[in-house]
Parts: sequence; C-alpha cells; structure tokens
Amino acid sequence: MFLSSLIIAPLITCVIILFCRGLKQVRIISLAGAIVQMILAFIFLIQYWKERSSGNTSAMLFESDHTWFAALNIHYHIGIDGISLAMILLTAFVVIAGVLVSWTMEKLSKEFFFLLLFLSVGAYGFFISLDLFTLFFFLEVAVIPKFLLIGIWGSGKKEYSAMKLALMLMGGSALVFVGLAGLYFNTANGNGAHTFDLLQIAQMHIPANVQKIFFPFAFVGFGIFTALFPFHTWVPDGHSSAPTAASMFLAGISMKLGGYGCLRVATFLMPDAAHAYAPVIILLATIAIIYGAFATMMQTDLKYINAYSSVSHCGFVLLGIGMLTRTSINGAVLQMVSHGLMTALFFAAIGMIYSRTHTRLVAQLGGLLKVTPFISTVFVIAGLCSLGLPGLSGFVAEMTVFMGSWQNPDKLYRLATILACASIVVTAVYILRAAGKTVMGPLSNAYDKLTDATWNEKIAAGLLIVAIVIIGVAPFLLYDLVKPGTELIMNKILILK
Amino acid sequence: MTDFFILMKQELIIMVIIFILLAIKIGRYRSNEWLLDMVNLLLLVNFAAGFFFNKEGMLFNDMFRTTSLIVLEKNILSLGILIISLQSYSWLKNHKHVLEFYILLLSTLLGMFFMISSGNLLMFYLGLELSTIPLAAAANFDLQKKKSSEAAMKLIISSAFSSGLLLFGISLIYGTTGTLTFTGITTHITHDPLQLFAFILLLAGFAFKISVVPFHLWTADVYEGSPVAVTSYLSVISKGAVLFVFVSVLYTVFKPISDSWYNMLFLLSVLTIIIGNLFAIRQTNIKRFLAFSSIAQVGFILVGITGTSQLGTTSVIYFVLIYLFSNLAAFGVVSLVSAATGKEDINDYKNFYQTNPVLSWVLAIGLFSLAGVPPTAGFFGKFFLLMSGAGQGNYFLITIAALNMVISFYYYLRIVKAIFMDANDHPIEKLAIPGFPKIALYMCVAGIVLTGLVSYLYDHIHSLTQVADTVPFIGK
Repeated sequence: MFLSSLIIAPLITCVIILFCRGLKQVRIISLAGAIVQMILAFIFLIQYWKERSSGNTSAMLFESDHTWFAALNIHYHIGIDGISLAMILLTAFVVIAGVLVSWTMEKLSKEFFFLLLFLSVGAYGFFISLDLFTLFFFLEVAVIPKFLLIGIWGSGKKEYSAMKLALMLMGGSALVFVGLAGLYFNTANGNGAHTFDLLQIAQMHIPANVQKIFFPFAFVGFGIFTALFPFHTWVPDGHSSAPTAASMFLAGISMKLGGYGCLRVATFLMPDAAHAYAPVIILLATIAIIYGAFATMMQTDLKYINAYSSVSHCGFVLLGIGMLTRTSINGAVLQMVSHGLMTALFFAAIGMIYSRTHTRLVAQLGGLLKVTPFISTVFVIAGLCSLGLPGLSGFVAEMTVFMGSWQNPDKLYRLATILACASIVVTAVYILRAAGKTVMGPLSNAYDKLTDATWNEKIAAGLLIVAIVIIGVAPFLLYDLVKPGTELIMNKILILK
Repeated sequence: MTDFFILMKQELIIMVIIFILLAIKIGRYRSNEWLLDMVNLLLLVNFAAGFFFNKEGMLFNDMFRTTSLIVLEKNILSLGILIISLQSYSWLKNHKHVLEFYILLLSTLLGMFFMISSGNLLMFYLGLELSTIPLAAAANFDLQKKKSSEAAMKLIISSAFSSGLLLFGISLIYGTTGTLTFTGITTHITHDPLQLFAFILLLAGFAFKISVVPFHLWTADVYEGSPVAVTSYLSVISKGAVLFVFVSVLYTVFKPISDSWYNMLFLLSVLTIIIGNLFAIRQTNIKRFLAFSSIAQVGFILVGITGTSQLGTTSVIYFVLIYLFSNLAAFGVVSLVSAATGKEDINDYKNFYQTNPVLSWVLAIGLFSLAGVPPTAGFFGKFFLLMSGAGQGNYFLITIAALNMVISFYYYLRIVKAIFMDANDHPIEKLAIPGFPKIALYMCVAGIVLTGLVSYLYDHIHSLTQVADTVPFIGK
C-alpha cells in the first residue's frame, strides 16, 4: 500500500488551490481533496482489516522506508498500526467537516483553505511517521498554519491568542527536540551508529537513568500540545479566537498530536521512566480534569466553555496514559478519538450559532431550538457526548479510562480515579446549563428570523454525529482496531513489572 | 604551471572580472542598465565556473590550498554575491558609481577566497584585510546619507581593532611555536598559558568579525547605516566566509586544545544567543532587527561548532548555505521596499499583504526559515546544528538553545503578524518588481524549499568533510 498518498493527496490539493480563482473554485477543490483523504483513509482501514484477518501480526503495516539524511541515519520511515489508523480516520472526518463549515469563507478564501489543508498534511504525516525525525518534522509543520489561521481569520484578541499558541507549541517542540536528541545519542545498534527509528529504539534497552532524564522533556513537550496542566493556557485563548474550522482542527486533531506523542514516543520508548514519573503524570492529569471542569463552570462564552472542557477531557487521555494498565491505555486512545470528534462537532455547532446570532455569550442566547432546530440538536448531541451519555462515544471512552484506572491497585491512584470520576458531575452541570440556556427558554425577538443549517453544515455535522454514534453503539469496532497497537506498548511496559 | 591555473581558478576569475570592470571604467559605457546586465552575467559565469575543472592541492609552499570542500565554500559565496547583485538592481540603477561598487565588492570576495584557501596565518591575515577594508568603503555608498558614512567609519575602526587583536595573537603564536603554517602550529600548540592567551586573542578577532557577543556592538549601527546591499553582504557573505575559516581553524589547527576552546565556545554561544535574541525583540528598524537576529543566528552556529569535527563542519557549512537563502530572501524584500519608498520601520510593513501579496509571502518564508520552522530549510539547518552540539552530550546547552529558538520565534512572528494581521490604512503601495530582483527572490525561495527537503546537499557536504576530517591537510 502506498501510505505516502496520505501526505501527497492534501499537498496536491494545496497546489491546485494556488491556481484557483474565487471562493467557488477553491471550496470545490478543497472539498474534493477532503473527500479523497476520506476515501484513502477508508481504503487503508479495509486493507488493514484484510491484513489482520489474514493473520498478519507485524507491529506496523504498509511500512516503507527510505533513507533521507544518510549522514545522521535519518529515514523517511512510515507505517501504521491501529492507533495511527484511528487517528487518520479522525483527521479525515474533521478535515471534511472543517471544509464544509467554512463553505462561505469570503475573506482571503484561497489562503484559508490552503492553510487548512496544509495543516492536515502535518497531522497525517505525524500519525504515519515511524522515524522520530520525520515525526518531529510534521509536528512542527502544523504550527505556522495554526498561527496564521487564528491571526488572520480569528475573532476577539486574535493576534494575542495566535502568538501565545504558536509560542507555547514551539516551546513544546523545543522540549520534544531535547528529548529526541537525548534518545538518539543513547541508541547504539552494534556498529556505533545512532538511530531515530521508533521500532528499532523500542527493541533496544535505553538505560533507565537516561530515560529518567529525557522522559520529562518528551512527555512535557508533547503534553503542552495536549493541554497538560500547567501548560494548558494556550487552549482557551487559541480555541476561542480561532475561526470555526481552525478550532475544530485545533481541538479535534492538534491536541491529539500531543496525546499520541506522549503515548507512542515518551511512554513506548521510555517505559522505565514512564513508571517512575507516573505519579506526577497522574497528579497533573487529575488537576487538569478537576480544574478544567470547574473553570468551565465559570465561563460565559460558548467557545470558552468548550475550550476549558477540552482541557478537562484531555486530562482523561493523560490519566489513562499515566495509569499504565492495558485498559486505561486503550481508554486513552478511545478518548482521543472520541474527544476529537465530539469537540469538532461542538465547535461546528458553536460556529453555526455564532454566524447567525453574532454572539457566543450564553446569557444573550436562548430558545434557539424554536428557530434553528437542526443546529440546536447538534449542539445538544455534542453536549451529551461531552458529558458521557451512554450510546455516544464519550461514554465508552471515559468509562474505559475509569475502568482501566481502577485496575491500578495503588490507593492514591484510586483516589485520583474517584476524583476524576466526580468531575463528570461538574461536566453535567456546565453542559446542561449551557445547553438549556442556549437552546431552550424564551426566544429573543432579535433571533426569530434565523435560518436553520444549510446543506453543507448539515453534512458536516451529520458525518461527525454518525461517527460518534457508531463508536458509542459499537465500540468494539474501534477497540479491536486499536488493541494490537496498545498491546505492543503494554508488552513493553509489563515486562518491567 | 597548469596546477597554478586550475587551483587558483576561482581567484583568477574574480581578478579577470575586476580587470574587465577597470577596463570599462577607463573606456566608456552606455548606461547603468547595460553595465548591470554585464556584471550579473559575469557573476553568473563566475558561479557556474566554480563547478568545473576542480582539483585539490597546495601552492606556494603550502600557503594556498584547495580541497573540494573549499571549492564548495567558495561556490556558496559566489552564489551569494550573485543573488545580492541581482537584488540591488533597483538601487544601483540610478547610482553614479556602479563600477566602483562592484570593484570594491569583488575585491572583498577575492580576499575571502584567499582567506578560505589559506594554509598559513599570514596568508589568512592578508585575505582577511583584503576582505574588510574595501567593504568599509562600500558601506559608505549611500553617498547622501550621514548614517552611511557613520557606518563605514564604525566598520573600519572596529575592523582595525579586531585586526590588531588578531595580529597580536598571531605574533604570540609565532613567538611560541616558531611557525606560521597551519600544520606546523597543530604540532606545536599545547596548553601553555602564553599559547592559550594567543588563542584567546585570535578567538576575539574572529568573534569581532562574526559579531559574537560581547564583540557585537558595531553590528547594529553598521547594518542600519549601510545600504541594504552592503548590509546583506556583511551579514551573509563576509560572515559566512569568516565562519568557514573559523571552523576549519578550530577543528584542525587548534584541535590539540579543543577541550579549552570547547568551554569558551559554550559560554560565548549561550551569551550570543540570549543577548542577540533579547535585543532583537526591542528593535523597530527592520535592518537593525535583522542585524540582531543575525547575531542570534551566529550563536546557534557556535552551538553547532561545539560538536565533533565532522558533524560540526557539515552542519555549519550547510547552515551558512541555508542562512544565505533565508537572509537574502528577507533582505531582498527589504531592499525593494527601501529602494522604492525609503521605509525601513517594522511598523511600515503593517498590512503589507494587502498590497504586495507575493513579496509578503517571500518575506514570510524567509523569516520562517530564519526562525527554523519546517518545511523550510531553516528547520533542517537548526536541527543539524543542535544535533551536532548535542553529540557532545551537553544537553544543558541544547536546552538553552532550543528554548531560545522559541524567543526568536516570537520576534520573527511579530513581523509576520505586522504583514498579515495588523490593520493599516496606508500600507506600502504596490511595488513593481524588476526582472533581476524577481529572479533573485525566486532563487532564494527555491533554495529555502529545496535545500532542506532534498537531502543530497547535506550528504554531499558530509562526504566532503569526511575527507577533510581524516586528512586535515593534503600532502601531509
């Protein structure tokens, strides 16, 4: 299978966009590009199933390996397992929804869609990389488009937010770099050559004291991307200032880059250190969950509500990784996918509301269900998924994380689990309050002429809702997909015990 | 005799070009346009000729040496001067003394070539002087501006001072080792205090030339006052040339005392990065800004030099090449704006995108590359520099450097923000881009995109340094 097509397809789309004229051409090409991405993602899914059912148990499928910088033994090495595939599918869904909700982006439309699709190049490249250099390369590729998207098309204090986001993410990358460089120079494969290859490093044994030095760099670095407390402050500002599609990307995909990196690079390659630092990770994750939930209670702006709740929800990802049990790591991956879909849907709904009412303040909204039933329903579904209603993906993911966390017998860890569980109640409070005030209650006169969702918005929301419901009703589909991948990581961790 | 012509091929071509220009000066020429076409053609020939008939060897009792690596370094400089010449087209078109400008510029290039090829400290000093004194005259080429003369004055005085330091160091080295040839010094240099002192003087001389903190104070004023062409020449070409020599001198001549200079470089690189960065944040004039940012860039280069010799040399040469493309992309746009409107303040660039989208993207890509953001080449350059530094196991240094990249990111993005995001009712009007500068800008952008993604260049330089590493001087 030609895995590089996942990078090449959006790149070609970007190039074509450069030669387009006007919004109409640009958006058609972008949509076509997004659909191609989606088709590719599903082709890989089907191929993956075929390979696995025919008994192929190799860790990574569809691998291809080319030397890039021979002098430093840097390779362009790609391949996917279930975890990457889940992330690729997530990306494909969010990209297509993002393009659809930006259907009427008049301002500098060419640049907008170009950057949006360029962002997806970074995401796909990151998820398929098996070489740490390539991985780091794609991690940083995605930073500049985010900066420009927020700064040019954003709202509110957009320049400030764009700068803050770019700098904090670059700071994260800088830490990741130190971690990766440290790993690199402590690998030796017999003939003295160092390597960046993820699978090769996984088979070596990096000395525990070395791991303990570089694990914090890698984990905190990636953690910044996924709103690790106390480095979460870019999340609320960045998400709320960004234009709708960029918010969806940021929360839906970008934050997952961090979680994926924490799992795949930091925990997988440095399991000894992951054990040693587990208490710290769990402490920070628990703080993020509780603090995020309570901070959300205080928000009055819909985007801020979702942004802070993202801090809380991404805390579950880190909690699952920190607990280091089979189930909890599976839960972390499920939560990444679920949160990506759910938060993208939430931002899409908020964007639809905002584009009609021109306000995002909960206090100024009300009764929208009467005039815009579709949008309001989408909003409520996203909210219910966020608070973990059974039948939707949020429930499955959070439940798995909690189950897995409880399996860790340490008393303090169990306390953390209980606290994290309790945050669900707070989540219910803020979600129900926001949903209740926005879609129910008396309708203000100013809003009684609002139009409901257009076809493109309906398709965007519909796609995401379908994905959420499928995962919610048939979680085994996703679970079976990611299980071999997490198994690989767990095998490395369990050897230590 | 044929050896003489082949080994000194690049120097001879420059000399021929200078003589042609002198002949034109004695005679008559039609117009500046014709002259500029002519000069650019000659420079193109000069650059292309660098790739043919290359041979390694030594001349004049080992005073002059050529290796494939040295040829490559000279080619990089030739490419740089070609791009700068193309870029200054609009500025020089109406200038009275175009010929003199090129004669001065080419003399400095000749000096740099001699300096890079030198196998002897005297030869090195000769080349260095030839490469700095004409440059001071060139810095004065905005004849109506007082600031330009001020810049020239500052440049000549600080150059003279650093030359003094260098000469003192050279004389002490001669006194203690009894030789001036590089090979001789390598065998005689020890940790003797007097020799270390001599080395420190040499290091200070070098530090002046490449504006390492605390020897950087002349940089900003000179960069601001000089015409943009000279500023870009100073920041890219003359810095690059000195860096090439610096690297080879450190790794080969002073190899026996590498533990001493490692610590010095460690300290200097940290200081240079931090101070360069902090001053760059505060600048409002775009030329001053680029001056301080180039100081910080040199700090990153020093981090690369702290690494082991092969990786260090490769990374530095590779980075200089990338830095050339990135910085010239930025300076190219600045020179166009400055030539057309005279505006040099960062605030003038607000909303530049509305009127000049193409130039805005070129400037932004140049800045991204300077900041080290993928997929631009700057990312690869910085990555390999830091990897080279990390090879010594000094992760403290690497962490500081990596975090400072974030600071540098801030000030580069500040300009990107001004271009794309800040509101401005009177942005710089739409500029017409003449043919030559346009070609130069496209060359820079192509360089920025390709130098990194295509690994051939890095691997090529690496293979050349391998030879240089195992056999420091041919024939020995």
